[in-house]
Amino acid sequence: MKLHEVQKVLGASQLWGQHCLEREVSTACGADLMSDVLAFTKEGALLLTGLTNPQVVRTADVGGLSAIIFVRGKIPPPEAMEMAKELDIPLFSTPHTLFAACGILFANGLKPCPPLVGKTIGN
Amino acid sequence: METEEQGLLLEFPLEHYRFETAGEASSKIKQVVRQLGVNAQTARRISVCAYEAELNAIIHAYGGRMRVKVFSDRTELEVTDEGPGIPDIEAAMREGFSTAPDNIREMGFGAGMGLPNMARSADEFQIKSSKEKGTWIQMLVRY
Repeated sequence: MKLHEVQKVLGASQLWGQHCLEREVSTACGADLMSDVLAFTKEGALLLTGLTNPQVVRTADVGGLSAIIFVRGKIPPPEAMEMAKELDIPLFSTPHTLFAACGILFANGLKPCPPLVGKTIGN
Repeated sequence: METEEQGLLLEFPLEHYRFETAGEASSKIKQVVRQLGVNAQTARRISVCAYEAELNAIIHAYGGRMRVKVFSDRTELEVTDEGPGIPDIEAAMREGFSTAPDNIREMGFGAGMGLPNMARSADEFQIKSSKEKGTWIQMLVRY
């Protein structure tokens, strides 16, 4: 799925990153815990979240994510927007809840991230 | 930034509860290794190691330091702090175990995945911690 298709099915407004609409995404993750995002996503995944602080954008950069969708119509604060511009992370805002937004994308063919990436560790 | 032997040395101070700049070091490290030709997936592993260590120090430690050495075949990361130390490392290595307070969880941290994420992303991971000396973490990622 391309980002402009994601934007369309979620009825999302684009907050930043017009030049990235042709970017292809194949997996997505819905989470509000940033270390879970880093544990469960792989390079190029899409993040859906209800958190809007700048660390969400930082996490997307560290994790090599393709874009962030803020749910329930949330708009991030200016410092998060600035960071997204600096790190070139596209941002969208959808009126849907996290659950509904994930469901819509799943129904449109986006896949969940694999259970765990990287090597296993002793637990 | 200075060269040491054949590697590139980067150093970053880590300050308790300084969230405004949290993660800047990790973004910088990722940028540097990418520029040196390290592939995106490996750069991500290095960056995850750095970011989790950075956040841990900012959230839990009085203050610390991250030293990163980038070589042609590997990156080494060493994170040291001034305490208070991790009382039970075995518990802290368990996924989901967290001692982060509520205000930290509200920011999206404290999932209890920090140390496991470091151990999983690095090829080599070592940790030592004591009340007296604080915590020392060394990680190595090969390309």
